Amino acid sequence: MAQITLKNLAHSYLAAPTGDDDYALKELNHVWKDGEAYALLGPSGCGKSTLLNIISGLLVPSQGRILFGDDDVTEKSTADRNIAQVFQFPVVYDTMTVRDNLAFPLRNRGADADYVTRRVEEIAHMIDMEAELDRKARGLTADAKQKISLGRGMVREDVNAILFDEPLTVIDPHMKWELRTQLKELHNRFGHTMIYVTHDQTEALTFADKVVVMYDGRVVQMGTPEELFETPAHTFVGYFIGSPGMNLLDAKIDGATAYVDGTEIPLGASYGQPQGRVQIGIRPEFVTLSADEGVPVKVRRIEDVGRHRIIRADFFGTQINIIAHEGVSVSPEMTRVVFEPSKVNVYADDWRVEPAALGRAA
Amino acid sequence: MEKTRNEKAWFLVLPVLVLVAFSAVIPLMTVVNYSVQDTFGNNVFFWAGLEWFKETLASERILNALGRQAFFTAVILAIEVPLGILVALSMPKRGVWASVCLVLMALPLLIPWNVVGTIWQIFGRVDIGLLGHTLAAMGIEYNYTQNALDAWVTIIVMDVWHWTSLVALLAYAGLQSIPEAYYQAAKIDQASRWKVFRYIELPKMSGVLTIAILLRFMDSFKIYTEPFVVTGGGPGNSTTLLSIDLVKMALGQFDLGPAAAFSIIYFLIILLVSWVFFTVMTNLDKKEGK
Repeated sequence: MAQITLKNLAHSYLAAPTGDDDYALKELNHVWKDGEAYALLGPSGCGKSTLLNIISGLLVPSQGRILFGDDDVTEKSTADRNIAQVFQFPVVYDTMTVRDNLAFPLRNRGADADYVTRRVEEIAHMIDMEAELDRKARGLTADAKQKISLGRGMVREDVNAILFDEPLTVIDPHMKWELRTQLKELHNRFGHTMIYVTHDQTEALTFADKVVVMYDGRVVQMGTPEELFETPAHTFVGYFIGSPGMNLLDAKIDGATAYVDGTEIPLGASYGQPQGRVQIGIRPEFVTLSADEGVPVKVRRIEDVGRHRIIRADFFGTQINIIAHEGVSVSPEMTRVVFEPSKVNVYADDWRVEPAALGRAA
Repeated sequence: MEKTRNEKAWFLVLPVLVLVAFSAVIPLMTVVNYSVQDTFGNNVFFWAGLEWFKETLASERILNALGRQAFFTAVILAIEVPLGILVALSMPKRGVWASVCLVLMALPLLIPWNVVGTIWQIFGRVDIGLLGHTLAAMGIEYNYTQNALDAWVTIIVMDVWHWTSLVALLAYAGLQSIPEAYYQAAKIDQASRWKVFRYIELPKMSGVLTIAILLRFMDSFKIYTEPFVVTGGGPGNSTTLLSIDLVKMALGQFDLGPAAAFSIIYFLIILLVSWVFFTVMTNLDKKEGK
C-alpha cells in the first residue's frame, strides 16, 4: 500500500496535441492518501476513466509522473504496479469455474496453494457466492459475473490500490446498495486505497471519504460530501451535485450585498468587488418561499417527489428551484423568496470566491 | 391475440419448394434410382437391389481412396486450423493495415478452383515453374508428376495456401468481438500470453472455430478440381481422392450404378461426420455452461 502522487499529469489521445482542447485530461497535481476511499465523480467524457487507466498503467500519460510512495511507476507495467481494477462490464473467464476465476490473480503470482484456497473461500463468502464456487462462470447472470469481477479485484491483499470503473452499472438497484455497503465495509476492514469512478452522485457520496469532482478534463474540486454540498468550488460542482442542482444567478457584488437585476440580496460575508462573470449560487434547500419577505418570483409549477416538493419558479427571467419540505405549506400568496445569506456562494468566472471577512459586514 | 389465417400463404412457400426440388431432391432421387439398378445400355434398366452398395463397401479401390481422403482432410485440418489462428492473432486489430491484411487474406478465396489448380500446376513444374525450377536449381529433386510424396506435398501446400485465409478470417472476426476490458483485466491479473489465449481468446473464438472446422472438413472432403488439375490423381493412384475416383468411375468408365451407390455412401459419410463434429462441439459448449 502506498500514497499515490500525480505530478503535472496530462493526457491526450492525439499524437501531437496543440491546444488545451486536445487534452482528455488537463494538467493536474493530485495526491491520493494511503488507505482512503475516493470517488471520482463526473459526467461521461470528463476524463475520469482516462485518469483511472493512467493510474493502473493501462495508459501511459502524455506528460507528468506517477509516484507510488517514493517509487516512480510512470513507465512501469500494470502488473508491476500491483494494482487491482474492476471494470464497468463484468470480465470473467468463461471456461473457468468461479473458484478458478477468483484464484486466477493469486495463482498467476505464484501464491501458495493453501493460501489460495483459504483466500478464495473468504472472498466467496464476502461476495456471497460460496454455493456457486464449482460452477463454470459461463451462463451466470450479469450480477453474478460482476460480483466475481469484484471478488477478483479484492482477492489480493497486498495491492497498492483497488480501482473501480463504474462497477455497479450493470447491477440491479437493490444489489447496488448491498454491494456498495460491502465495499465500504471492506475498505474499513482492510484499509486499501480505493478509487471509485462513477457518474452517479449518490454512489459517490455514499461510498467515499473524499469525492473528487471532474469536469472537462480537470479536477474541479476535492472534498468531503459536506464540502461539495455547502461550498462547491466551481459552478459545475454546484450544478452537478444535488437534485436539483444549485441555483445560479448572474449578479453584481459589492461587499456583502449582491444585486440581481437591481434587487438587493444580502450575503453572509463580504466578497469585495469580484470581476469577470459574477454569479451567486444557492442550493434549492436554502431557498424558502414567503408571502411577505424577500424578492419577488413567479411560481411556474410544483412537483411533488414524495419526500419534498420542488418548486420551479421564474426569477427575473432565470429559472430557479426551491425545495419545500414536507409539512411546509405552499400557498398562492407566496410570491417572494428568501435566500439564507450564509448559504449563498459567490462565483467569478465559474470559480468560487472566498469571502474576505467572516460574519456579516456592517 | 387472434391469429390471422390465410391459406394463400402456402403460395409464398411454393417457389422455395420448387427450387429445392429441382436443385436437390430430384437430382438426389435420380442418383438413388441409379444406385439400385443395373443397365447394359439402350436405357434398359434392371433391378439390382443393394448389390452396388455391397460392392462399393467391399471395393479395395474405394476403401483406399477413402483412406487417402481421410488422411488428406486430417492433414489439412491439422495445419490450417492452428495456422489460421496464428495468422489471425498476428493481424493488426485496427487501422489501415487491418484493412490491407483483410483484403490480402481474402484474395486466395476469390480465385476459382481450377485457376488455383492451374497456378500450382505451373508453379511446381520443373521446366518452367518458379517453384519447381528453383528447387531443381538448388539441387532438390522435386517432381510432382512422378514422385507420390512430392505430389502430396504439392496438393497439401496448395490447399493450405488457398484455404487458411478462411480460418484466419473467421478467427479474426472472433477475436475482434472481445472487448478491450478483457485484455486489460488479464494484464491486471498478470496472466501470461498463453493464459490470455487459453482463457480469453480461445473460448471467445470457439463458436467461429466450430464453423471454420466444419466448413473446412466438408470442403476438403469433397475436394476435386484443384488436385485433379495439378496431379490428375497421380502418379498412379497416389493422389486419387474420393471425388476424383468417383468421377473416374461415373464418367470414365460409365459405371452408373456403382458410381451412384458410391455417391450416396460418400454423401452419408460427410453428413455423418459433420453431424458428429457439430454435436460434439456444441455439447462441449453446453457442458461448460453447466
